[in-house]
Amino acid sequence: MLDGWAALGDPTRRTIFARLATAPSAVGELANTLPVSRPAVSQHLKILKTAGLVIDDRAGSRRIYRVNQAGLRQMRDELDTFWNDTLTAYKRAVEQPDPTSNEHTNHVHQLPG
Amino acid sequence: MTQTTQPTTVNATIEVNAPLQRAFEVFTRDFGAFKPPDHNLLAVPIAETVVETHVGGHIIDRGTDGSECRWARVLAYEPPDRFVFSWDISPHWQVDTDEDKTSEVEVTFTALAEDRTRVDIEHRHLDHHGDGWTGVRDGVSAGEGWPLYLNRYAELLTS
Repeated sequence: MLDGWAALGDPTRRTIFARLATAPSAVGELANTLPVSRPAVSQHLKILKTAGLVIDDRAGSRRIYRVNQAGLRQMRDELDTFWNDTLTAYKRAVEQPDPTSNEHTNHVHQLPG
Repeated sequence: MTQTTQPTTVNATIEVNAPLQRAFEVFTRDFGAFKPPDHNLLAVPIAETVVETHVGGHIIDRGTDGSECRWARVLAYEPPDRFVFSWDISPHWQVDTDEDKTSEVEVTFTALAEDRTRVDIEHRHLDHHGDGWTGVRDGVSAGEGWPLYLNRYAELLTS
């Protein structure tokens, strides 16, 4: 099975992927504007889909393909890292002695003379 | 829908040694202190991050040159239990002013003991940003962010 990067190594698939990044499309719409037969487009879409780069929705009798999954996955990974880093730093901050509280300060109040 | 994983949601959780009230206060008051600095949307270093503590307020990054970035809207502010804000940042780490293309972050605080609190983060509706991706005109060919990233990999493979 091809992963996302390998799937985009083919120029035709890269073109199809670029089209879908611009607008979600059905197989026929892609085949009409590319020098590739409809069955060939279907085959490329199948590979892109298997690689997780495009997803499809049924719209009546048509199937609309769009780029989403891969972007979503990358964004999820990024946000995963963001929130984990944020919470780790938050834990450090919240477990520090509260600077606005006087309970744990080391000041010794000297009694007047 | 009986999906075990929600692909459009990111969850994170942590337990801290702090009372509920303090856990909430530090999270909202000092958010800028622990938010990773490398995700700065301003052109200059951040001087401060301000959380406006009322519904309809914003989370604002202020740069050292006085510039401002309002990257979130406060949707719920319920101390000490719950804090919800919108995530108006696009996948390209730019502020998106189209509210339909934003996601949402819910932070809940649960007291486990007098001095221990669990903080749960649910960052949901990430698919709303997805609508933004498919609308990116220059997408793969001249785009930035993740399409560029994918393209670079593709180039590596064909070079």
